Amino acid sequence: MNLFRRLFARLEIDERLLGMLISLVVIWIGFHIASDGKFITPRNLYNLGNQTASVAVMAIGMVMVIIVRHIDLSVGSMLGVTAMVMGVVQATLLPPLLGYGHPAIWIITVLAGILCGALLGGLNGYIIGYLGVPSFVVTLGGLLIWRGCAWWVTYGQTVAPLDQTFTLLGGGVYGTLRETGSWIAAGIAIAIIVWAAQRQRRQRIRFGFPIRPVWAEAVVVGTTCLFVLAFAATMIAYEMPEVAARRLAEEMGWAIPEAGLHLAEGIAIPVLIVVVLAVAGSILLNNMRFGRYVFAMGGNPEAANLAGIDIRRMTFWVFVLMGALCGIAAVIASARLQSAGNSIGTNDELKTIAAVVIGGASLAGGSGTIIGAIIGAVVIQSLQSGMSLLGFDASLQNIVTGLVLVVAVYVDMLYQRRRGV
Amino acid sequence: MSDQVQVNQAKPPLVEMRHISVSFGGIRAVDDCSIDLYPGEVVGLVGHNAAGKSTLIKVLSGAYHADAGEIWIDGKPAPIHSARDARNYNIETIYQTLALADNLDACANLFLGRELVQTGGLLDEAAMEDATRKVMKRLNPNFVKFHAPVSVLSGGQRQSVAIARAVHFNARILIMDEPTAALGVQEARGVHELIRQLRREGLGIFLISHDLHDVFDLSDRISVMKNGKMVGTVHTKDVTKDDVLGMIILGKLPPAAARQ
Repeated sequence: MNLFRRLFARLEIDERLLGMLISLVVIWIGFHIASDGKFITPRNLYNLGNQTASVAVMAIGMVMVIIVRHIDLSVGSMLGVTAMVMGVVQATLLPPLLGYGHPAIWIITVLAGILCGALLGGLNGYIIGYLGVPSFVVTLGGLLIWRGCAWWVTYGQTVAPLDQTFTLLGGGVYGTLRETGSWIAAGIAIAIIVWAAQRQRRQRIRFGFPIRPVWAEAVVVGTTCLFVLAFAATMIAYEMPEVAARRLAEEMGWAIPEAGLHLAEGIAIPVLIVVVLAVAGSILLNNMRFGRYVFAMGGNPEAANLAGIDIRRMTFWVFVLMGALCGIAAVIASARLQSAGNSIGTNDELKTIAAVVIGGASLAGGSGTIIGAIIGAVVIQSLQSGMSLLGFDASLQNIVTGLVLVVAVYVDMLYQRRRGV
Repeated sequence: MSDQVQVNQAKPPLVEMRHISVSFGGIRAVDDCSIDLYPGEVVGLVGHNAAGKSTLIKVLSGAYHADAGEIWIDGKPAPIHSARDARNYNIETIYQTLALADNLDACANLFLGRELVQTGGLLDEAAMEDATRKVMKRLNPNFVKFHAPVSVLSGGQRQSVAIARAVHFNARILIMDEPTAALGVQEARGVHELIRQLRREGLGIFLISHDLHDVFDLSDRISVMKNGKMVGTVHTKDVTKDDVLGMIILGKLPPAAARQ
């Protein structure tokens, strides 16, 4: 044990993160065995990624909200109303103006969704930051208000079908990078990982600070890159269903070979969106002033204030960001379902908060990571899809998910206490 | 010593707070108080709890707004509306609570609100760590926990981080609120030495303390507050501790010092 600990210290690996990853793998293996080998398959993992995406996107914003000692209970409802607005924009408003299937429709719709989310978030942020109403109350109100508004947008009618290009953003069968795109994305990711490690190393050398040994650097960077490649390979290993592949070939005018059509799915677009947002969010949170202030406000709001940080403005912007991310989550959720109904995103606030808390954030504020929150979201979705796969009914799924949430936080607390933090 | 102060006072004071009043709800925490500070001088600010010392001084550091009165710096009016304004006048404050974000490390706390950034807005962590290492080397050579959250540091280490913050940014006016209250004897002695050194370097220092011994030891002048009012300001060498105690308790100037 001590040897491992020294090794981790040398590698500068976050033990907590590693613990979460190990728990996730244990859950996966457990379901894999219980389902006779149906869980850890390219197909199931592909679907898992798509199902996790919208909650994962919201978890990125929720981490920041929770770090600054607030909470947002309205995200599921904001997702709902935003999805309805986007449904109307792309299915009712734009087609008569631009023509059905116009390529600009999805872009305008997505922008409208992000704007709508940011406005709702901004309203939360204004009331919480400037008027000083507790976030729990404001967003509890929002939970009810926006769900009601989601109904009013169309008087309860489900909007379908959605724009064809728009639905690609939800993944599904066609919304992927396919084989070549996936390898290119993996290549870019690896280039960025190597560049970032190199940059950090050079920075430390510049001032003559201690650096980690080259072998340790190589192990960490190498493992991360291998993980990226393994992920891409797994997604590419998922073959597009025959019917879907045939339809795509017809549409594109490809000749269908004798041996049958074998097309790879590759990395799904929602997963790509999550990765890009997670990286951008992590840079914002860990490497920029904004994030530094977020942590400072969570650690000691008075100190942050005395340091000249405008707490009210920061609170406002954190909620704007949360809202904008709800808009993006609404894009993914409605695109995946290929329709916008007024109950979309119901209970997502609970999943999102649970994901963030499982990911190691403290509700007392001041701590939390985006990568942890995303792993938390994957854990929750894994439990739910795993149990569905095993035929557990919904009530049992809720019981197990709830238990896991409480136990996970308790174990993390024990660990933190033993480390004396 | 007295000559030096006389010479300094020929120039305009570094800080003049004129007729400052601050109210919270119906309570006048600070009522028409004036105080000044010259370069290379330590002014002790004493009084009972709730006498208004911290409130008065927080007006100077930008944490509170005065309802009335004005602040002059270098003989010019200096409107201070926020902590940022105060910092722009090179006013640094070491609060009694230290005002550290416990979850952040020493480097992050030192630069809180004034982070160094590279082009593109990325924090220049390495440069900040370098500066932190340099200033800590001067203040507390044994300090090594640059990457640990300050919550795990000892009282003295936390204090040195808070002081480092003021020293690094070239304070001209330093406000120290109970700087030794939470420290052991050895650590307190270190802070005393530092205060003398900074005074020699020409800083003006407001020292708020309950400890009359400290105040007599370090201050050139002593201002006494009671119930939000300024009782008066005396030269340390002209008075005894009993005189000052009398001012604190009775709220009256001792006859010998009344000339000031």
